[in-house]
Amino acid sequence: MTPGTPVVETVALCRSLTGADGVTPILKGLNLRVEKGEMLAIMGPSGSGKSTLLNILGCLDRPSSGTYRLDGVDVGGLDDDALADLRNQKLGFVFQGFNLLPRTSALENVILPMLYDRAQRYADPEVRARAALEQVGLGHRMNHHPSQLSGGQQQRVAVARALVTEPSLLIADEPTGNLDSHMGQEIMALFSSLHAQGRTLIIVTHEPDIAAVCSRIIVLKDGQIVEDRPNSAVV
Amino acid sequence: MKIGSLISMAVGSVRRNAVRSVLTMLGVVIGVGSVVVMVAIGQGATKEVTAKVSRLGTNLIVITPGATRTGGVSGGAGSQMTLTMDDLEILQKEAQEISAITPVLVAPSRVVAGGANWRTQALGVSLDYLKIRSWEVQSGRYFDTSEFQSRRKVVVVGQTVAQALFGEEDPVGRTVRIREIPVEIIGLLSRKGPTVDGADQDDVILMPSTTVQTRMAGRNFLGQILVSAADPGRVDAARREIAVILRENHRLSPKDPDDFTIKDQREMAELAQGTTRVMTLLLLVVASVSLVVGGIGIMNIMLVSVTERTREIGIRRALGARRRDVLAQFLVEAIVLSVLGGVLGALLGVGVTAALRQVTGWAAEVTISSIVLAMGFSVGVGVLFGWWPARRAAALEPIEALRFQ
Repeated sequence: MTPGTPVVETVALCRSLTGADGVTPILKGLNLRVEKGEMLAIMGPSGSGKSTLLNILGCLDRPSSGTYRLDGVDVGGLDDDALADLRNQKLGFVFQGFNLLPRTSALENVILPMLYDRAQRYADPEVRARAALEQVGLGHRMNHHPSQLSGGQQQRVAVARALVTEPSLLIADEPTGNLDSHMGQEIMALFSSLHAQGRTLIIVTHEPDIAAVCSRIIVLKDGQIVEDRPNSAVV
Repeated sequence: MKIGSLISMAVGSVRRNAVRSVLTMLGVVIGVGSVVVMVAIGQGATKEVTAKVSRLGTNLIVITPGATRTGGVSGGAGSQMTLTMDDLEILQKEAQEISAITPVLVAPSRVVAGGANWRTQALGVSLDYLKIRSWEVQSGRYFDTSEFQSRRKVVVVGQTVAQALFGEEDPVGRTVRIREIPVEIIGLLSRKGPTVDGADQDDVILMPSTTVQTRMAGRNFLGQILVSAADPGRVDAARREIAVILRENHRLSPKDPDDFTIKDQREMAELAQGTTRVMTLLLLVVASVSLVVGGIGIMNIMLVSVTERTREIGIRRALGARRRDVLAQFLVEAIVLSVLGGVLGALLGVGVTAALRQVTGWAAEVTISSIVLAMGFSVGVGVLFGWWPARRAAALEPIEALRFQ
């Protein structure tokens, strides 16, 4: 990545759904630029297009028109396999529902993305996975299954899994939505420390408390950015 | 994704659902098991038949009256009286390629010994008969040259006849009446068991053909002429020579078909083996059906599994799995299931075969090739029936899959 290249750059990004009652626009020409090291909160009411935007930014969905460059790579021209590789190498996901594989140990869950790495960048996935779990404070529970872990612990496993491949961008969709406030604060503290290490994060949330710890906040409404402001409280 | 990780992942998934996996495999286990057992039984039977036929002697040639015809209506070999004692004498005199010859003069008779009687066939044969058939005398002796030439009324009996007339007592030295003529039993043949087509070879009485010709009034006929080829490697040459001599003796023009049939041991073996082969094949078809049913069981469970694990598929896709990674994962899982079933089935087959051999005494024999065949088949079943569920898994869109509850 050359210095100065934004991690995320969208130009006139549109996404519409074709249903029984014709074409429904969801995103209406979004221009968004996220620089390296930013911690961006995306807020907005339900139906504003938050999730759709996140799916496109996470290369799980494609824009109907407009361009999206992730880390300088134009995603528009890529096929299904290339998108999968991009998710594997440049993106880390943290979901509201944790989305860990059930009946599979924390360690194996964290190893999983490295098994799908085609570039074979990881000499010893298990060592890396252990390090990642220790980094999120779960060194002592590596062999536990998700059902044996608390919600907060499960989400930390998910964060470790997202980080273990050193992605350019970490995407979190309501990461504290399924947690009580105490555990939520724990996770946000973890995110803040990642931000402090210089990582780039995008967090979708509707909780002002969460947005308050982000360095920049955008608000979506009806598929358009209606507000975009830096959070001076966070440097 | 590396094949090693794929397999360990599949094994892990099979183990996590141990009970379901075992039930899923059951169809393949039974299918492979029955293939192994069926082939073992078939192989054993074929081997037994081959051994029996080779016990007849490798250079045995059988001449029967009547033509063989393929297609159309045929009276069947032996239905005409076209073979005569004259043919026998000519062959004895002129054929160079044969080392021994005997007529088989068939005299259906009732044998009476005291209060017991038995209906059987007395066979008028030459001195060479025992040698040609590779038979042996268990007690007593076979008739000799002087007894043959002086048409003595002596017989050698088979085990079945002896049993019927005298029970466990030694028949040698006893006198019986055949067609009301008293004859002396001078020997007892050793037990030979049934032929490949089930006829009782021990239900027989041998006597000099000279005696049958001159002293046994009634319905006698020359059923066969048995010949030993001088050289086992020249059986075909001996057959040609016999045909030429017989055709000349029967004054057949070159256009006429043979009015006799010549067979050697090879053809008899093929005939017998053909029958067991057909049986084996039939059993194998039945066994294969259960393999296919087993495969459908695997497909059914894999389809359920794909639906159940939709979310897992979504997670894997989000983490960077390509479609073909998901395809490979489910395909390998189906193959692991079927191969595991195949291994268990092969073990089961070996066990059942051993038990069958113990209980029934059949010569069933498990062959490596049948195990390889069954295992290959079960991999095939895994691929065939795993393909569709795996395709469905791979076709899922990541967002849809992640949204699935």
